[in-house]
Amino acid sequence: MQFPVIDHDVLVIGAGGAGLRAAIEASAQGATVGVLTKSLLGKAHTVMAEGGMAAAMANVDDRDNWRVHFADTMRGGQYLNNWRMAELHAKEAPDRVRELEAWGAVFDRTKDGRILQRNFGGHRYPRLAHVGDRTGLEMIRTLQDHGVHRGIDVHMEHTVIALLKDDTRVVGCVAYDRERGRFKVYRSKAVVMATGGLGRAYRVTSNSWEYTGDGYALAYDAGAALQDLEFIQFHPTGMVWPPSVQGILVTEGVRGEGGILLNKEGRRFMFDDIPDNYKNQTADNEEEGWRYTQGDKSARRPPELLTRDHVARCINREVKAGRGSPHGGVFLDIAWIKKKLPNAAEHIKRKLPSMYHQFKQLANLDITAEPMEVGPTTHYTMGGIRVEGDSQMSNLPGLFAAGEAAAGLHGANRLGGNSLSDLVVFGKRAGEYAAAFAKANGAVRIDERQVDDAAKRALAPFDRGPSGENPYLVQYDLQAMMQDLVGIVRQESEMVEALGHIAKLRERAARAGVGGNREYNNGWHTAIDLHCLLTVSEAITRAAIERKESRGAQFREDFPAKSDAYSAFNLVIQKASDGAMTLHRVPLQPLPPELLQVIEENK
Amino acid sequence: MATLTFQIWRGQNGQGGFQEYREEVGEGMVVLDAVHAIQAKQANDLACRWNCKAGKCGSCSAEINGHPKLMCMTRLDQLPADQPITIEPMRTFPHVKDLVTDVSWNFEVKKRMKAFTPRKPDAPDGTWRMQQEDIDRVQEFRKCIECYLCQDVCHVLRDHHKHSEFIGPRFLVHAAALEMHPLDTVDRVAELKEEFGIGYCNITKCCTKVCPEHITITDNAIIPLKERVVDRFYDPISKLLRVITGR
Repeated sequence: MQFPVIDHDVLVIGAGGAGLRAAIEASAQGATVGVLTKSLLGKAHTVMAEGGMAAAMANVDDRDNWRVHFADTMRGGQYLNNWRMAELHAKEAPDRVRELEAWGAVFDRTKDGRILQRNFGGHRYPRLAHVGDRTGLEMIRTLQDHGVHRGIDVHMEHTVIALLKDDTRVVGCVAYDRERGRFKVYRSKAVVMATGGLGRAYRVTSNSWEYTGDGYALAYDAGAALQDLEFIQFHPTGMVWPPSVQGILVTEGVRGEGGILLNKEGRRFMFDDIPDNYKNQTADNEEEGWRYTQGDKSARRPPELLTRDHVARCINREVKAGRGSPHGGVFLDIAWIKKKLPNAAEHIKRKLPSMYHQFKQLANLDITAEPMEVGPTTHYTMGGIRVEGDSQMSNLPGLFAAGEAAAGLHGANRLGGNSLSDLVVFGKRAGEYAAAFAKANGAVRIDERQVDDAAKRALAPFDRGPSGENPYLVQYDLQAMMQDLVGIVRQESEMVEALGHIAKLRERAARAGVGGNREYNNGWHTAIDLHCLLTVSEAITRAAIERKESRGAQFREDFPAKSDAYSAFNLVIQKASDGAMTLHRVPLQPLPPELLQVIEENK
Repeated sequence: MATLTFQIWRGQNGQGGFQEYREEVGEGMVVLDAVHAIQAKQANDLACRWNCKAGKCGSCSAEINGHPKLMCMTRLDQLPADQPITIEPMRTFPHVKDLVTDVSWNFEVKKRMKAFTPRKPDAPDGTWRMQQEDIDRVQEFRKCIECYLCQDVCHVLRDHHKHSEFIGPRFLVHAAALEMHPLDTVDRVAELKEEFGIGYCNITKCCTKVCPEHITITDNAIIPLKERVVDRFYDPISKLLRVITGR
C-alpha cells in the first residue's frame, strides 16, 4: 500500500452532534473508534443550532409525553416519516437530554430547578430544552469534552474522498488531511456516516463550506440508497441584509419568545393563511398568540409558530406580491413586546443574546428597538441515506448513518428542535449497532485498486493546473442555478432545465484545475467537493421532478395541491450498474394500529 | 462599491510575507468576505479556516490590522479605509500556511484536564435540581467558542512561549466552568497551581479585551481561581490547619 493505513473497529465520519454521540457510544461498547472531521473538533454545524432540542420531558407543561411528540413529528413530516424512527425519537429524546446534563451540559432552568423548555414551531407544548439561543454550542462542547476523555482518536481536518468496499460490505475509506494534503487509508469493520447536509448546493444558505453533501454522495457512489432528497428545508428566517450576511440563521426562538412577522404594510400576514390540519391548534387572534408565548396553557400558538415549510412559503408569497421589506424579505419584530413587558429590552437580550449580538455587529441593528429583515434560507436536508429505523444501517452492510446524513425521521418537513434530539438519539443508536456489527463481523480486506483510483481522481485538478476551470466559479454557478431553478418554489420546466445545467457544470468540474501545492490548498479542496455537490444537486432535482405534488418542504407551482397518490411512498435513489442515477417509489411501511391510534387521539 | 487594499500574510511554515490584493467591497462586508473574494478570484490556493460565518464557531481567528479578531465579525466599514487592511495568522501558534496555524496544542491541553464528574442525582429519576442564578456564571464561561484569540494575545504564551507550563486563558475559563459547576465534584486547585501555571497570569486583561463572546475572563474566571489557589496554598491559617490535621 502506498499510503499509511489506520485501523479502527468503528470509523465515524463527521464530528457534529451525531458523529460524536455515535463515537462515544461505540467506544462505550468496547470498540476502538476513529472520528474523521473536515474541520477542527467542535466547529461542525451543530454549533449553529440555536433554539433547542425537542424532548417530551414535560418539565414545563405536564400534558406533554412521547405520544404527543410522536404525533407532532408525524404531522410536521406529512406522514412520509419512517414511523419507527419517529417513535424511537419521541421515546428516547428525554433520556438523551438528561444524559447530556450528566456529562456537564448546563441547560436553562425552570423555577423549581429543572431543565427549562421553550415553545417552537409545530410542537404542541413547550418542549425544547435550551441554553439561551446557543443550544448547539452547549451540545457539541459537552459531547466533545466528554468524548476526548474516552480514548477516541479524532483525526481533525481530514476529508473523505471515497468509501472502500469488499465483496459484501463497507470496509473503510480514503481521506486526505487538509494540512499536508496527504492521503490515508482508514480500515474499519463498520462506518458511521454523520456528515450533515448539503446546504452549499444553494446560494443562500445557513450552512458552512463543509456541507457539500459528502455523506450522501460517498454513500451513493458506494451503492447505498438515498431517500426523500426532494425535501430541502428552507428555514423561514435567515438574514437578508446586508448582502454578505444573507442566509445566516435567525433562530425560530425569536418567534417562540413572541416575535411576529409583518409585511411592509404592517400586516401580520401569518394570520391570513392557516392550514386546515393546524386550524384547531392555532390562535385566531393576536392576543391569544401572545398569551401562548407567555406560557398560558389555555392559549393556542400564534401562526408564526406553524411549521417551517409553511412559514417560508408565506414569506415568499408576501415578497413576490410586492409586500416585502426593502431588501426582499419581511419584518420580524421582537421589539414590539415592549408594549407588553416591562424591561423588554433586557428580557430580549437575556433570552436571545446571540441574535442581539449578531444583528448589532453585522447589520448595525438593535433588535430590542427595531424589526429585523428576514427571508428563507436553505437550512436542512430531510432526505438522506436510507436506513433501517432501529439500527440506522443502510442497505450496504457495515455502513450506518445518523443525524442529517440519514433520512426518515422528519419525512417531508422537519420540526425545529427535532434535529438536535435526532443527533443524539440516532447517533447513539448508530454507534451502538456499528460497534455490534464490528464485533460480529471479522477483519476486512482493502482493495488497493479502489484506493489508487480515488487518489488519482483527487489529484487530477493539479494535472490540469491553474489554467483549468476555476473551481470556486463552478461552485458559485451551481449554487446560483440551484437557487433559481430548484429552490423554494419549483416547476417542472425549470427543473428539467436545471438537469441540463448540471450536466454542463459536470463537464466544467471535470476541467477544474488548481495551482499551488497540496498543503492546505482551499482551491483544491473546493475542486474535490464539486463531485459531491453535483451528485446531490442532481438527486434533489430528479426527486423533485418525480414528486408531482406539493407536500411539506416541496412546493410545486405546477402541482400546488397535495396528492393522495403521492402520500404512499418515498422516492429512493440509487446508482445503477451503468452509473446512471435511478429513481424508484418505495411504499411506506404501514403504521401499526397502536401508533395510528396515537395519531388519531392527537389530531 | 469601493476598492480597498488588503495585505494578506502568505507563506508556509512561518516563511513568507505580506502580499497585496485590491478587491471591490460592498455594503456590510466583513473581512472574511474580502478574503473569500480574493480567494475565489485572485488566489485560489489561499489558505484560511472558517465555518459558520456568524461568530459562533470560532474558526476564522486572525490578526486584523494587528488586532486578534474573528474575520467573520469584523466589518470593513469599521476599519480605516485610507490605509491597507492587514490580515495575518495568529502568531502564538506554529504556522501552517497563509492564515492557518496549528492550534492542536489547545486540544492536547484540554485532554490533560480532569473531566466533569457530577454528584449523585438529586431526584430518584436520575435528574438534578439547579437554580438559574447558580448557573449564570458557568453559562457565561460556556459561551466560549474556542477561537483561541485569548491564547493568541496572552503574552505568557505569545512572547514567553510558556506553552508547556501554562494553559492560557481559554483553559483557565474551562477550569473555572468546571470548578464552579454546581454539580461537579472534582478538585482541580492543585493542578491549577502546578502544571496549569495559573501564577503566570499577571491579570493584564488582554484576553478579556479580545474575547468575541465578551466573557469577563480575568475578573470572573481567572481571579476567583487564583483566590482558590491562594486560599489553599498560601493562607497561613489554612496552612497551619493542614499541618495539624495532616490534610
